[in-house]
This record gives sequence, structure tokens and C-alpha cells, in this order.
Amino acid sequence: MSRRGARLHIDWTACEGRGLCSEMLTEILAIDDWGYPLARDGRPEPAVPRELVAHARRAERLCPRLALRVLPEPPPTRPQGGSQLPPS
Amino acid sequence: MNEALWYTGRGAGLVTLVLLTVVVALGVASRAGRPLPGLPRFATPVLHRNASLLAVVLLGVHVGSLLFDPYAQLRLVDLMLPFAGAYRPLWLGLGTLAFDLVVALVITSLLRSRLGATAWRRIHWAAYAAWPLAVLHGLGTGTDAGTAWLRAVTAVCVLTVAMAGAYRLLLPDPATGPLGPPAPPGNRDPRLTPLTISGPPR
Repeated sequence: MSRRGARLHIDWTACEGRGLCSEMLTEILAIDDWGYPLARDGRPEPAVPRELVAHARRAERLCPRLALRVLPEPPPTRPQGGSQLPPS
Repeated sequence: MNEALWYTGRGAGLVTLVLLTVVVALGVASRAGRPLPGLPRFATPVLHRNASLLAVVLLGVHVGSLLFDPYAQLRLVDLMLPFAGAYRPLWLGLGTLAFDLVVALVITSLLRSRLGATAWRRIHWAAYAAWPLAVLHGLGTGTDAGTAWLRAVTAVCVLTVAMAGAYRLLLPDPATGPLGPPAPPGNRDPRLTPLTISGPPR
């Protein structure tokens, strides 16, 4: 799994915008004005590169609302229209 | 040797109270909706967790050394079952209750992802019972309970938790949300569009 990377699932009904995940995964997530995460690659389930899977799992464990899930498969294709942000 | 056990138990008990105070204060403050000054957001729960695990270790030293201390004559059952012991049953029982609650809090927190956030949070409210029980236990049965320095330490502990409560309850402005008022639209990064369940932005 970690050879191909993973993807991040955000449970929006559980998320309260505490903002921890955006701090821990700045390469993947930006933060909006209320603390909610924003996918930098514009996907509903942003891609987690192989080298960030361990960090993503740490963020998953630390989410106060348990709203973050690291899913084993990387996202299927490129997003259709989502704009890309340069990595920070 | 007996003296050593007694002194170890007393010292570990006091340090446990201080650590539990830090844990409770961090736990209360982490719900304030804004990071603590000088710390990133994720640092508060990490400190909270590490301080609580440290407190459990010292609680183990406290309970373990006093179990083997010949003066109080504790039985193994007295460590878990409150108010049953022969030695100051009320004040000791408060400590036993706090010990039981701390054990439950730690086990459920380690299994938090399996319990689910709602069940875990309801159980975690027991922390608000465990900490005052520990404070009363220290004031009531500590060998040093009558001394001024122990009262001073206890007072600082109570003040710390009260300040954390004030930080959480008094500072946030519900009208503007936890991060203050939203930025004017012109200042927002146009490339960042909130995700919706319908999919990526077009």
C-alpha cells in the first residue's frame, strides 16, 4: 500500500474544523478561514504520496473528531477541473 | 526500606497530582477553539497525551510503593475497590476512585479509534470527576496535608485548572467563530475552493 501511496478521506459530518490536520499535512491540505481542511490537489479524497503515508496516519490518530481516514488506495485518476496548488 | 517506600509514595503522589493538573488544563484548553499561545494546534493534544501517560507511570509508582508499605496495610483489592480499606477509608477511597477513573480514561483513549468519537467523549467526561477526587485525596490523607507547601501546591493546581476553564469559556466570541471573522473575499486564495460532497470544483 505504502508503495503506491494512499488517499485521505475526510468525514465532513464529523469534522469540526479544529485545524490540526492542515497543520500536520501542509503538503496535502490547506486550511480555510474556519479551520476546515482544503485539498491542495482539488480532489474530494486528496492523494497521499508514499513518503507522507506515515505522517497521514499520525494525523489520522490525532484528529480530535476522528474525522480523518487514510484509505489504502491512491485516488483513481486526475481530477477533471480542480486547480492545483504548488506544494508548500 | 519502609521509610523509602513511604517517601516514594508521597513524592510520586504529589507529582501525579501536578501532572494530572497539567493534563486537565491542557485538555480543557484544547477545546477553546484556538491554539495556545506559542504552540501549533496539534501540540496541545500531543502534550495532553504525553503528560497523561507520564501521570499514569507516576500513579503506578504511587500506588505500587504504598501497596508494599507495611504501615497502611493495603491489600491488592484496595487498589481497585474504594472505601474498603482499614486505613482512612474515606480519603483513601477517593484516591482509589480517581485511580479507577484514570485507568478507564487511559484505556478508552488508547482504544479511541475503535470506540468512536461520541462514546469516547462521554467516557472522557469522567476526567472532570477524577481530578477533583485526586485533589481531595491529597488534601485529606496526604502525610503532608497539613503543611503550608502542600496547600500552596494544591492551590496552584486548582488555579491552573480554573485559568484553563476561563481561557476556554471566556475568550471565544461565538459570533466570529473560532478563527475570528472570515477574511474578506478579496484576500482569499482563489485557487482554494472548499470541497463539497458533489466532488471537486469545476
